[in-house]
Amino acid sequence: MTLDTLKPGESGTIISVGGNGALRRHLLDMGLTPKTKIHVRKVAPMGDPIELFLRSYVLTLRKEDAANIVVEKESSK
Amino acid sequence: MNEILLALAGNQNSGKTTLFNCLTGSNQHVGNFPGVTVEKKEGRVLHHKDMTLVDLPGIYSLSPYTSEEVVTRDFLLEEHPRAIINIVDATNIERNLYLTLQLMELEIPMVIALNMMDEVRASGNTIHVDALQKQLGVPVVPISAGKNEGIHDLVDAVENVVQNDLRPKHFDFCTGEVHRAIHAIGHIIEDHAHHAGYPVRFAATKLVEGDEPTQQALGIHENDLHLIDHLVQDMEQALGTDREAALADMRYQYIETLCAQCVVKRGESREQLRSEKIDRVLTHKFFGIPIFIGVMFLVFFLTFEVLGAPLQSLLEAGIAALSTQTERLLTSLEVTPWLSSLILDGVFAGVGSVLSFLPIIVILFFFLSLLEDSGYMARVAFVMDKLLRKIGLSGRSFVPMLIGFGCSVPAIMSARTLSSERDRKMTILLTPFMSCSAKLPIYGMITAAFFPHHGGLVMISLYLLGILVAILSGLLLKNTVFRGNPVPFVMELPAYRLPAAKSVLLHMWEKAKDFLKKAFTIIFLASIVIWFAQSFNWNLQMVQNSGESILASIGSFISPIFTPLGFNDWRASTALITGFTAKESVVSTLSILTGAGTDAQLSLALSSIFTPLSSLSFLTFTILYMPCVAAFAAAKRELGSWRRALAGAAYQTAAAYIAALAVFQIGRFFF
Repeated sequence: MTLDTLKPGESGTIISVGGNGALRRHLLDMGLTPKTKIHVRKVAPMGDPIELFLRSYVLTLRKEDAANIVVEKESSK
Repeated sequence: MNEILLALAGNQNSGKTTLFNCLTGSNQHVGNFPGVTVEKKEGRVLHHKDMTLVDLPGIYSLSPYTSEEVVTRDFLLEEHPRAIINIVDATNIERNLYLTLQLMELEIPMVIALNMMDEVRASGNTIHVDALQKQLGVPVVPISAGKNEGIHDLVDAVENVVQNDLRPKHFDFCTGEVHRAIHAIGHIIEDHAHHAGYPVRFAATKLVEGDEPTQQALGIHENDLHLIDHLVQDMEQALGTDREAALADMRYQYIETLCAQCVVKRGESREQLRSEKIDRVLTHKFFGIPIFIGVMFLVFFLTFEVLGAPLQSLLEAGIAALSTQTERLLTSLEVTPWLSSLILDGVFAGVGSVLSFLPIIVILFFFLSLLEDSGYMARVAFVMDKLLRKIGLSGRSFVPMLIGFGCSVPAIMSARTLSSERDRKMTILLTPFMSCSAKLPIYGMITAAFFPHHGGLVMISLYLLGILVAILSGLLLKNTVFRGNPVPFVMELPAYRLPAAKSVLLHMWEKAKDFLKKAFTIIFLASIVIWFAQSFNWNLQMVQNSGESILASIGSFISPIFTPLGFNDWRASTALITGFTAKESVVSTLSILTGAGTDAQLSLALSSIFTPLSSLSFLTFTILYMPCVAAFAAAKRELGSWRRALAGAAYQTAAAYIAALAVFQIGRFFF
């Protein structure tokens, strides 16, 4: 599944980062590399972008960009 | 004395500006990097007059995609700073060290300023600085820029690496396949790299990443390029991933191992936990937007009503008093009439009217830097992003646009905080379409004369028209001039922090200085030019009746242009010209040229110039055409070139013409 389909409160592990060019490179640079644990905190009031927590910091990105990131959902405890 | 050039580099939100202020105090110089509108701040290090520190843009990586990253690379590779101070946010050490690893490859003497150590300690976490220093082979100095702690030690460490030319020792953080590729390529390009002045390791890594600027700078032969491609392909195959991901992954893996050894973390920092709580309210699903509207309303109310207006009238009164005194002095000295008119009607009236906006601008920037430095501005971008995305901008542009409703000058100046050059240019171009408060008297004048019972409706339509034109322009620009790659909206939401008083004050001072400089250069000149045109005829004789002036004849000359818009009248076109000094001047010029003494007389006179329909097309033109000289000067400053600023003004005027034409020609079918 892709990152944009995770619901607020859910967590996952990054499998791969797709897309190309500046966006992909930027995502990698920001630490969205394979095996990174990522938590979806919330969705903006208008339904987009989303707020993520990873590597001890908060990152926001748009759903269309998050759709490039394949994740494995962490089974809910 | 030998000049020592130092560079300050680090992530956004790492406290870089605060550290820069700590190190240099108020003796800073702001400019632009050559060719781009990326701000370049430099200053002399306190008590070390021989050290010049350049504040590089806040970046996360040395990739070749944004102008900020390119500027940083170019500066570090071409200006050869004697040392880099790399500021690292200790509460967010993993992501911050990613840039550090790339900086180290440049083999420039370097010191890591490990910032926000007070927060790390207060949260019960520990970073083993010695171990970190040993592993990286670079001096690490724990500091807390916000509290001014550790700054002395930092400067000492910098002096030490500069004097002894201590370059980073270990930068071989690679393993396995990546290691093999980097070293193999390093051997191939060694000579080229030396020749181009590139550090070998940096060049090799960049080539593995597929970095085009490096490929070009090194000028590698076709054969070698093939060889390199082969090596990279082998690496990609062996790892089962592509070159960019392979290197990012390698760096982060190294950092994770390093942090496992050097960082003892019990939990998230207090600031992080507190921010999460604050965000539960401020970016709440239902309350987030109303709170934002409330905050902006409060800022506007305090700026324009409570604090700004009285200060503005005070300043106006001061300028008027000074003008009266000067007039007395000039009369007593029996100065020739033209000179006293130049000083009083030209300089005092022109510069004075613009200068009276200074309090508003300073106060507005006080609030804006509070919002920016506290971390709230990033939340505004988060909340409003969806709205601006359709016109090719991001949520970051929302605040400058909003300020445009108050005054275009601070709005354009505040666009500087946008992190992408493309967004910045586009925002600067679109902001003047937001109807500024100086245009209100014009609306008042026209509605009083033609639509006394529908003033509110006309007013709201005008504001909406401005927004509509901005949206259409955004769509147009997105698909033409600014087609390229928009910088992706991948933004950090920094933890909320109390803004440092020093940073806020410096910011205000900087903006005030900027504005004053404009007032006494470009605005000063424009005032004199307009004064001259208004007071003299073509025989260079002073005129009593401004209807005979150069300006009026230019107005008559261009007025046929406005025939399709429905107002071919020299007084209207002359008023539009004087509107360039300040938009309110449209009103005063019209009343002077019609000889109207009272508002009622003005209304009557206007009905001889306009029909109700042509008054609407006149209003349409007025709200959209090129902004006043102060806003133009701000745009020129932020865009970094006359050409771009003039192109912007030409575009705005063309848009105004087309919109007014549409209003008049379509309106004719109905009236």
